[in-house]
Amino acid sequence: MHRLLGFFLLAAGIALGAAPAEAHPHVWIVAKSEVMYAPDGSITGMRHAWTFDEMFTTYALQGIATKTKGVYTREELAPLAQTNVESLKEFNFFTFAKADGKKTKFEEPVDYFLEHKDGALTLHFVLPLKAPVTPKQLALEVFDPSYFIDFKFDDKDPIKLVGAPAACQMRFQRPNDDTANAQRLNEQNFMNGDNSNYGAMFANKITVNCP
Amino acid sequence: MRRVPAGLARGITFTVAALLAVIVLDAAVHVLMAQNPFGGPRPAAEPQVGGIIGWILAKQSEFYREMSTTIRAAKSDGSAVWTLLAISFAYGIFHAAGPGHGKAVISSYLVANEETARRGIVLSFASAMLQALVAVALVAVLAWLLSSTAKTMCSAEKAIEIASYALIAAFGARLVWTKGGGFMRALQAKPAVAAAHHHNHGHDHGHHGHDHHHHDHDHGHVHDEHCGHSHGPTPDQLAGPGGWQRGLGAIFAVGLRPCSGAILVLVFALAQGLFWAGIAATFVMGLGTAITVATIAVVAVSAKGLARRLSAGSEGGGALIMRGIEFGAAGLVLLFGFGLLFGYLAAERATCL
Repeated sequence: MHRLLGFFLLAAGIALGAAPAEAHPHVWIVAKSEVMYAPDGSITGMRHAWTFDEMFTTYALQGIATKTKGVYTREELAPLAQTNVESLKEFNFFTFAKADGKKTKFEEPVDYFLEHKDGALTLHFVLPLKAPVTPKQLALEVFDPSYFIDFKFDDKDPIKLVGAPAACQMRFQRPNDDTANAQRLNEQNFMNGDNSNYGAMFANKITVNCP
Repeated sequence: MRRVPAGLARGITFTVAALLAVIVLDAAVHVLMAQNPFGGPRPAAEPQVGGIIGWILAKQSEFYREMSTTIRAAKSDGSAVWTLLAISFAYGIFHAAGPGHGKAVISSYLVANEETARRGIVLSFASAMLQALVAVALVAVLAWLLSSTAKTMCSAEKAIEIASYALIAAFGARLVWTKGGGFMRALQAKPAVAAAHHHNHGHDHGHHGHDHHHHDHDHGHVHDEHCGHSHGPTPDQLAGPGGWQRGLGAIFAVGLRPCSGAILVLVFALAQGLFWAGIAATFVMGLGTAITVATIAVVAVSAKGLARRLSAGSEGGGALIMRGIEFGAAGLVLLFGFGLLFGYLAAERATCL
């Protein structure tokens, strides 16, 4: 009886352990991002440009009145952009930053707008840091912990450092990078805690080292 | 009650074992289906996400993404609609095959009640069809008739989601109430026999572990509120007094919440001027989901039959143990309902952008 129970518990553990994998993405985003620096070399925030997939674009554009059919101007899209950035707050903008291992918060987005081009919506916004930081190491992760949204950084220019001191070096790691497992060990010291969950397996990791 | 029969601990242990058996068998079905859905070979495991799970995920994403391409193609080439239906069917099967709280809720429903697999199948299909119907109705009214914005539509989805979780909780509460009565009667009928066994230390430990599991389970699942969500109803919701009306309650509790994937597909099809193709795809998707859910329903019913045979062989007869199992499963449904409801309220993960 005890052995039987033990077996059940073990098997259930395996079954439940696999359980969070139910989610799969319903929205795909191709991202281009910039890490923004002030003239004094401190990091002030991030500039994102997220392009949504065709299906979500259609869903988001639902019910928006336009002067010309199929042409959405920036003004016509302004209310939607407003909704987008307000909604993103609840998800911490899917952007998680650590400066020298310390969690760093972002303020409300500024300079946000939507652009409709080639059948896809692109959301542009700037995420200012609550206070500028000058860390030896900045670690950024972009992902959806629930994996409802899949984030893929652009193939050509995924991340740019804008105005960074010359000595700063950036490393960018895609979630399906073969070196990811090896690198994860190195990054354990600052990439753990509440981000280490299911969606984190699909995280895009950006590290900037400034000696 | 004047005394707690020692057999209670034993009954609870059996409940644990039976419920876990259901969950394990459920998982086993997933694994089998995932490995060999259409007789194709099992591809190499992905390094990051890992083997079967990764493959299910990859396949789901693949089918899902192909849907938009196919709808677009159907605009100029009518035969693409057939491809769309085939993809939707496969997507439905895969989506429901992914491990998730939906199947755990079903399994609990099934174990809490005593009915045939046949009724389980009927209700799995009914709830899947309702799920498709809700999605179609939502898009038809909000997007097509009222030209609502995405914000309005997503708020409606959120509201339905809360209602659906509340219904599951209410349903669980009712199950606990009814099954609790049966359990108490069984306890009172068998006190002498049950009290004859006094070796329950190990069983008590098992019980604690069980509680803990419930807890984990809830938290692990509250965020998974996407599709594949047909918590199939319990087979015997159709049986006994109240018959079809109770069955209807079960169908609503589990089929009310539409799948976000279906809504996206429908809105996209509507915008392409092919709303009817989207509707057909949604129902075929529901058919695929129903097949997977019904399979799991049959497995759960068989698992309970196994528990019955096991307990019949034990001293004291199976009545108390079986009532205990049903009571425990009813409690699980209640826990799931609350977990989803409050998990939802705390995390608010309907992901409206």
